[in-house]
Amino acid sequence: MSMSPSTTTTDMQQQFHALADFIATRLQGSERFTCWFSGESTDFVRFNRGLIRQPGHVRQANLSLSLIDGQRQARGEFSLSGETQTDHARLARLIEDLRAQLRDLPDDPYLLIATEVQDSTRVVASKLPQTGDMVEEILAAAHAHDFVGILASGPLYRGFANSYGQRNWHEIASFNLDFSLYLAGDKAVKSSYAGFEWQSDAFRARYADAAAQLELLRRPAQRIAPGPCRAYLTPTALSEVIGMLGWAGVSEKSLRTKYSSLRRMRDEGLRLHPSIQLAEHTAAGLGPAFQPQGFIKAPRVELIRDGALIGSLVSPRTAREYGLQPNGDEGMDAVELAAGTLPQAEVLKTLGDGVYIGNLWYLNYSDRASCRMTGMTRFASFKVEGGEIVAPLEVMRFDESLYRMLGDKLLGLTRERELLIDSQSYEQRGTGSMLLPGALIDDFSFVL
Amino acid sequence: MFPATSSDPHADPQAWLHQTAALFRSLAPAVDFCSLRIVDERSDYLGVRQDVLQPPSTSQSRGAMVSVVHRGGYGYAATSDLSAAGLREAIHRAMDWAARSAGHSVIDFTRIELPRPQGRYASPGVTAPVQRARREIIDLLMAESKACRTDARIVDWSASLWTSATDQLYATADGAEAFQQFRQVMPSLSVSANAGADTQTRSFAGGGLCRQGDLSVLLDSGFVGSGPRLAAEAIALLEAPNCPTGRMDLLLMPSQMMLQIHESIGHPLELDRILGDERNFAGTSFVTLDMFGHYQYGSPLLNISFDPTRAEELASYGWDDEGTPASKVFVIRDGVLQHPLGGSISQARAAMAGHAVGGAASARASSWNRPPLDRMSNLNVEPGDSTLDEMIASVERGVLMDGNISWSIDDSRNKFQFGCEYGRLIENGELKGVVRNPNYRGISASFWRSLRAVGNAGTLEVMGTPFCGKAEPSQIIRVGHASPACLFSDVEVFGAEA
Repeated sequence: MSMSPSTTTTDMQQQFHALADFIATRLQGSERFTCWFSGESTDFVRFNRGLIRQPGHVRQANLSLSLIDGQRQARGEFSLSGETQTDHARLARLIEDLRAQLRDLPDDPYLLIATEVQDSTRVVASKLPQTGDMVEEILAAAHAHDFVGILASGPLYRGFANSYGQRNWHEIASFNLDFSLYLAGDKAVKSSYAGFEWQSDAFRARYADAAAQLELLRRPAQRIAPGPCRAYLTPTALSEVIGMLGWAGVSEKSLRTKYSSLRRMRDEGLRLHPSIQLAEHTAAGLGPAFQPQGFIKAPRVELIRDGALIGSLVSPRTAREYGLQPNGDEGMDAVELAAGTLPQAEVLKTLGDGVYIGNLWYLNYSDRASCRMTGMTRFASFKVEGGEIVAPLEVMRFDESLYRMLGDKLLGLTRERELLIDSQSYEQRGTGSMLLPGALIDDFSFVL
Repeated sequence: MFPATSSDPHADPQAWLHQTAALFRSLAPAVDFCSLRIVDERSDYLGVRQDVLQPPSTSQSRGAMVSVVHRGGYGYAATSDLSAAGLREAIHRAMDWAARSAGHSVIDFTRIELPRPQGRYASPGVTAPVQRARREIIDLLMAESKACRTDARIVDWSASLWTSATDQLYATADGAEAFQQFRQVMPSLSVSANAGADTQTRSFAGGGLCRQGDLSVLLDSGFVGSGPRLAAEAIALLEAPNCPTGRMDLLLMPSQMMLQIHESIGHPLELDRILGDERNFAGTSFVTLDMFGHYQYGSPLLNISFDPTRAEELASYGWDDEGTPASKVFVIRDGVLQHPLGGSISQARAAMAGHAVGGAASARASSWNRPPLDRMSNLNVEPGDSTLDEMIASVERGVLMDGNISWSIDDSRNKFQFGCEYGRLIENGELKGVVRNPNYRGISASFWRSLRAVGNAGTLEVMGTPFCGKAEPSQIIRVGHASPACLFSDVEVFGAEA
């Protein structure tokens, strides 16, 4: 997958620019504005047992406006109808409402917006087939299995504009088929096929891989006793662990307020294994390179180098509060963990006796100070003996500190990495991604 | 004839909703069933963090979903363009998906008799503007914030108020029309203290004081003036010993019972999970269709009701989003599993599979842009007859836990591990000192059978959360939980690392 800059202007982009121009005409006196656009036109098709459960389409667009006067600001957001007259009327009303609010508000000491104009446009023109055609291929493949999951397909839009004349646009048309094949009970294989161009051969190959793994689940499942166990976490499983660091882990504000789960790395110099190199790599991600206050995100922010926390994600608001330079927002959207040296083909042999964990699920911190987290194994996870898969694993709960699993208990990271595209769609489809290796860990702690 | 666009929603929201429904009917196609669900929600957020007012924000989400059932297929289309052209396009898309899914759906949707609701529902607080005095609320939040920093070890503190006003209309092409209005109040206040690596947080009502109504929800709750108490408790936690480890009695206060009910009763009883719809994301359930009517879910003291009719609770309504009228349903009575949380479509699917297990008016969507599915509304523990003092007096060794801070459960909703903000030791029938980082773990199927006392109405609190996630495409929805304090025996309890 690759995305290239574009110099053409799309219809949706023109509509957004017209709205921004309209806002500019309504400003009074010393007022300024920033605005953020998010939209999508998505087909969602939900499947269960190889059949369709809920198929549909969502067309939505939202405009978020910050009206600023001096150091005072108020924000408002509304659903755009797409009709110029209707949207202009709503926008005019919103501006009046925000203006009335501003009269009541004190200065905001942490207000910081971009004032240096940096325009950008990034468009991936749609190469998607009709969603119905994809669905036909999926149904044809799925009829032989207990197939469950969702297909999301269509364009996503993000835009920024301000009263300094800056205009940024991000538009991609993509699909994401996130699915599981079930054998029985909770025995299943999870997989996905995502990208910008649907290729039937690639889909069938991905599906066949998942179906082949399903065969391994036919063996009787085995339990393991709670306690330490040598474990391999696939990139998908590791993504759940790394994803926890986006929850007040690498955020500068959370480090300053001592809420971050990595605060001991900052305050006491605790380190992870020297092979851990973690970065927010916006330039390689799928999301926009700009953020809601108009700053262009740093292309790459090093967070952990050689196991030491050396960076953080700094929002404009935090930057103003602590006298720092902003580098984006405080949540991770394009995570990259450096590869190791363990060849993927040698994972089972190197694991020897232990467990192969395909997926982890529902992680949460059990002790933030120790960066200790708990969660469950899920989907295709296996007991391994003598470098061979011997049985599916009954689901197990783990409770383990990051300082151990990616610290002194880390045996190695795989040489190959996997690009994982976020399939979640709370309120709107997300743009998150992670590029991760797998991790071989000694004495991974199971508790239930 | 109807105008291309209905009247101005800002001038008369209710008239606009009905006119949009009329416009929809004028465009409705000749299909087996067609409905429109319009949602118009305004939310306001005011927050103060570390004595600094955060940028106030207002959100207006307005749109509609068209659903079509035809010749066995089903399809939906959601749009924020509510003009005739917008609705026409949505109807066309929904019809297209209904046609494409016919013969490939999990059920023949034409065989389901969908409700035809008629009437009006209004939550408490509808007549009072929720956000009538912005300055007054900012002053209140600021005063509470400023009262929190009682000690140099207080490192973070915030106070906020999130309110929403929702007008919703469900209409069918053949004339059914149910109009509902909701006003919701969701305040938050939390204080964090730090010493060395240890950071402890206390939250007002464990973050669970969320109800329907007007600002009296906030003003009558004890929120005002609670900042110094929360700060003192956070400091006390810093100075407290670690929670002990071992098997012992566990007394859960309502702010943690809310989470316990939600995760290990509410989600496993969702009928769409049991039917397998959620297996790729939110998960399945250890509950199966053949367990209803006889399975001993908990001790005989356990009585759980699904109750969207308790007006002040966060997720009360007159009809669910498929148009089924709301009513109170006991899903567990005297410890025995009775009914799942399943709306009309899920109930029909289960019945066609040979399991007429009943259900509830539980088909809900997070907004106009997501389709309904099986959800909790208000899921409550019915009060028992024990006072809090009696429950404490009955404990030889145990821990009282309050305010959830960590939650994790497996995809079958069985093996769980939960952590709380605040703990108190109980020894020889007496409440003793504070303990920090209290956690416990267990298995749903056996945990509820260890319930040995249920608090009376005097211990009951009406709570709720605005953040329940589920579904593909993903949805976050508001749910209510009312519960008394409850006492459990022989639970695995533990603290943080030394």
